Amino acid sequence: MSTDRPIFRHPQATKNSAGFSRKDYEGAISTLCAGCGHDSATNAIIQACFELAILPHRVVKMSGIGCSSKTPAYFLGRSHGFNSVHGRMPSIATGANMANRDLLYVGISGDGDTASIGMGQFAHALRRNLNLTYICMNNGCYGLTKGQDSATADRGSAGKKGVPNPYSAIDLCELAIELGASYVARGFSGDKQQLVPLIKGAFSHSGLAFIDVISPCVTFNNTSTSTKSYEYVREHIDSTNTFDFIPLQQEILAHYPEGTSQDVLMHDGSVLHLHKAESSKDVTSRRRAVDSLEEEKAKGRLLTGLLYVNQDIMETHDIINSTLRPLNTLKEADLCPGNAALKKIMEGLR
Amino acid sequence: MKRIERVNDFVVRFANVNGSGSASANNLFAKAIFRLGVPVSPKNIFPSNIQGLPTWYEVRVSEQGYLARRGGFDFVVAVNGQTLLRDYRELSPGGYFLYDSTRELNEEFDRSDVIPIPIPLTDLCNTAFENPKLRQLLKNIIYVGSLAYLIHLDFAVLTDAVNQQYRKNPKLAEPNIKALEIGFAYARDHHPDTCKLRVEKTDRIGDKILMNGNSAFALGAIYAGATVVGWYPITPSTSVVEAFEKYTTMFRVEADSGRRKAAILQAEDELAALGIVIGASWNGARAFTSTSGPGISLMSEFFGLAYFAEIPAVVLDVQRTGPSTGMPTRTQQSDLLSCAYASHGDTKHVLLFPCNPRECFDFAADAFDLAERLQTPVIVMSDLDLGMNDHISPPLHWDDNRTYDRGKVLSAEDLESRQEQWGRYLDVDGDGICYRTYPGTHPTKGSYFTRGTSHNEYSGYTEESPIYQAGMERLLLKWQTARHLVPAPRIKIRDGKSRLGTIFFGSTTQAAYEAIGDLALQGLWINSLRLRAFPLNDEVADFINRHETIFVIEQNRDGQLRTLLINEGDFPPEKLLKVLSFDGLPITAACIAAKIGALLQEKPQQSKDGGTA
Ligand SMILES: Cc1ncc(C[n+]2csc(CCOP(=O)(O)OP(=O)(O)O)c2C)c(N)n1
Ligand code: SF4
Ligand SMILES: [Mg+2]
Repeated sequence: MSTDRPIFRHPQATKNSAGFSRKDYEGAISTLCAGCGHDSATNAIIQACFELAILPHRVVKMSGIGCSSKTPAYFLGRSHGFNSVHGRMPSIATGANMANRDLLYVGISGDGDTASIGMGQFAHALRRNLNLTYICMNNGCYGLTKGQDSATADRGSAGKKGVPNPYSAIDLCELAIELGASYVARGFSGDKQQLVPLIKGAFSHSGLAFIDVISPCVTFNNTSTSTKSYEYVREHIDSTNTFDFIPLQQEILAHYPEGTSQDVLMHDGSVLHLHKAESSKDVTSRRRAVDSLEEEKAKGRLLTGLLYVNQDIMETHDIINSTLRPLNTLKEADLCPGNAALKKIMEGLR
Repeated sequence: MKRIERVNDFVVRFANVNGSGSASANNLFAKAIFRLGVPVSPKNIFPSNIQGLPTWYEVRVSEQGYLARRGGFDFVVAVNGQTLLRDYRELSPGGYFLYDSTRELNEEFDRSDVIPIPIPLTDLCNTAFENPKLRQLLKNIIYVGSLAYLIHLDFAVLTDAVNQQYRKNPKLAEPNIKALEIGFAYARDHHPDTCKLRVEKTDRIGDKILMNGNSAFALGAIYAGATVVGWYPITPSTSVVEAFEKYTTMFRVEADSGRRKAAILQAEDELAALGIVIGASWNGARAFTSTSGPGISLMSEFFGLAYFAEIPAVVLDVQRTGPSTGMPTRTQQSDLLSCAYASHGDTKHVLLFPCNPRECFDFAADAFDLAERLQTPVIVMSDLDLGMNDHISPPLHWDDNRTYDRGKVLSAEDLESRQEQWGRYLDVDGDGICYRTYPGTHPTKGSYFTRGTSHNEYSGYTEESPIYQAGMERLLLKWQTARHLVPAPRIKIRDGKSRLGTIFFGSTTQAAYEAIGDLALQGLWINSLRLRAFPLNDEVADFINRHETIFVIEQNRDGQLRTLLINEGDFPPEKLLKVLSFDGLPITAACIAAKIGALLQEKPQQSKDGGTA
């Protein structure tokens, strides 16, 4: 099935500051349906990595099971990847992150993977504020098992079979904010302009950055009756704010008029610069963030953009006060107390 | 009436109420006997409850060194009103009944073949101590004092033990010693020459220790360099991680930063616990989880992933009585099959069977080496009895020259100097084990995509039948390699000509050896094989083949080890006879000897040339 892309490199391809061209961030050729939103989301990830000049071998990509969870094979072909089991990406990512805190972890999941079978693991990765970029490619259905409604499908929304969904929908962004995520955003796979900076912001964030990417399933859920179709989303989208992500190196060069903007300083020194429209909200208030989501929902609109950031919540390693050294680099001398210490313990057991 | 009269060979039962602080008093008693050089084995028989239900603590004293539960009891300290009558009725004839005489016994207590020892524990305690919270605890210490007098236990050993226990807070030692003295004096003044049981100092302990298996495993994990732990609380495994955490405070705190060289995460469930272990091991840290049967059931899908994607994972299963919630505070060896074949599809997992705390320690360290060498899950099969009860054991020992076997892992230099193309699932050595890499090792070489879906030798996705099949067959080759790496069984040939053999493992060991000894006294010589690992080593087949009849002794209903032997070794089922105990209590020698005796009577006489008639 999936094979490597032909290794053709345009000699003049633009390189980023790390000396990589955009192609260096690509993976195997996608086997998803033509037009699948997940492929656009994948492209946005590639673009974000390229623009941030991330070293591919310092990234770990992980996923659960689903069409969405297949995408790690289609980006960052030079990174280690781990396609695990359905709904359990967060625990695998947690273990991996505990073993080596120095790498960049990207977790990909779907709405079935996250909001149903993996709800528990999703919730607990959030509340531990694991240092992970968690991207849920949300199509309101189970693509890989042929289009059943997922738990994020809106009530009344209907996929290809035409049966309206009778259950209420889980709003993953609201949940993420409530459960302790420190960076929450919503994007649309059809809006690269907005999605790329959202992903870049997530990569620079220390702690759990959750991005709910509305990503239509063209095969099972792109009907006019579905609220997760391209058409519907394009018509009902509302954005919190437009914003730029300014990596550390470029910060000094950026000039924005005061009063119409909000800057959020990231842990690594980068800046999220939000162009505030009149209606836009403060992204550092948890309550305001939830309110905004609810207000737009009441109007039948889908709020996208950066919804909430909190740079003050500690990530898991700092919560548990584990060493700054990657645990997987520690050797016998660091870890093994030796027989003399054991003998002392034995004395106490006699 | 004949009083039971024995030296260094009896069982004392303490009948208490759960949550009344009796454990430390009872431990004090067991420890004192241990310090007198007399083999002792305490068994805590406790309810699934925090406060209020009956709990028993049975201490077997055996100069001969028999450490299994014996069954029956010769002396009972009956301080639980709820079970008073039951404890009274179950006491062996000629036994001793120590009770709190602050309340009179009713007429139901009418046995003429036991010796009542009334001691007004509550009155004595309330008179001597003011603090109501202390009273509860000290009442237990008072009966230990009385017991010391009655069985001639060297009083200084008790006071030394108390002083040691409270060496950091000597103020607390004072009331304890006072309580011991009160109990001792009362028994001396009111029950002289009453009890014919006696403890005498001997030297049967040597350098042995008294320790539980869970702490020993935790120490083994510390010594083996485990750094990541994912876990979910479940009796009887919880104390493993508690101990591990305690030892990280002792050994793993960085002097300069105060940070810990370990990451312990209480997961949301056992699925996540094993997921954490798999993620960490995949990423090059040594990681483990400890759990019990219900957790193993939940981990099933992940076991298959780790098996098929070939990721190390160390799991400790402290088995308890199943199925379902079963009897969560009672012991059993009933997860054998669910662990050996955990997960869907064709899967098999390496199992290790420790039989004492020393082996819990050793096998913890071996498990990490094996899991990384074989790139597969290794499950250490302990149980409640081994894990939570104190056992006399050879001392733990670490060879300072030992280094961790991290298995086939390529470094940046390896990747740089390698000529041939590297494939994650390419078997270049012919042992079924391939080379892996950790993320972040090399800028351009060695990355791969791990998946639970079928993969080719270069870890690419495939649905080609021959490639899938070849991969599954290579896993079998790896399984063969494992057979030569896992710990060999311990075989004892007592009589080279005997046609009778027995196979057992883990916490059944002590009772099995005792039963074999008892049967030998009756002239029946049985050879034995103590299994220490799965897959089955060659020695197992040799042992089974050289005997006509094999008694497979285990603590479950269905004869799970026997099933495993038949399934994996193709041994004739009629040759393997079940000797089972599954009441939730540690198996006894008497049970084993009786069942073997009965089986031999049922079995048609066998001819000399080995064929069954
Ligand atoms: C334990 C388990 N149950 C069921 C499945 C079948 N399954 C595969 S993908 C999937 C749903 C995927 O939905 P989603 O996460 O939304 O991904 P999408 O395909 O829509 O991108 C299911 C139920 C499975 N792989 N594992
Ligand atoms: S089924 Fe839907 S989600 Fe899956 S690849 Fe096709 S379009 Fe994408
Ligand atoms: Mg979906």
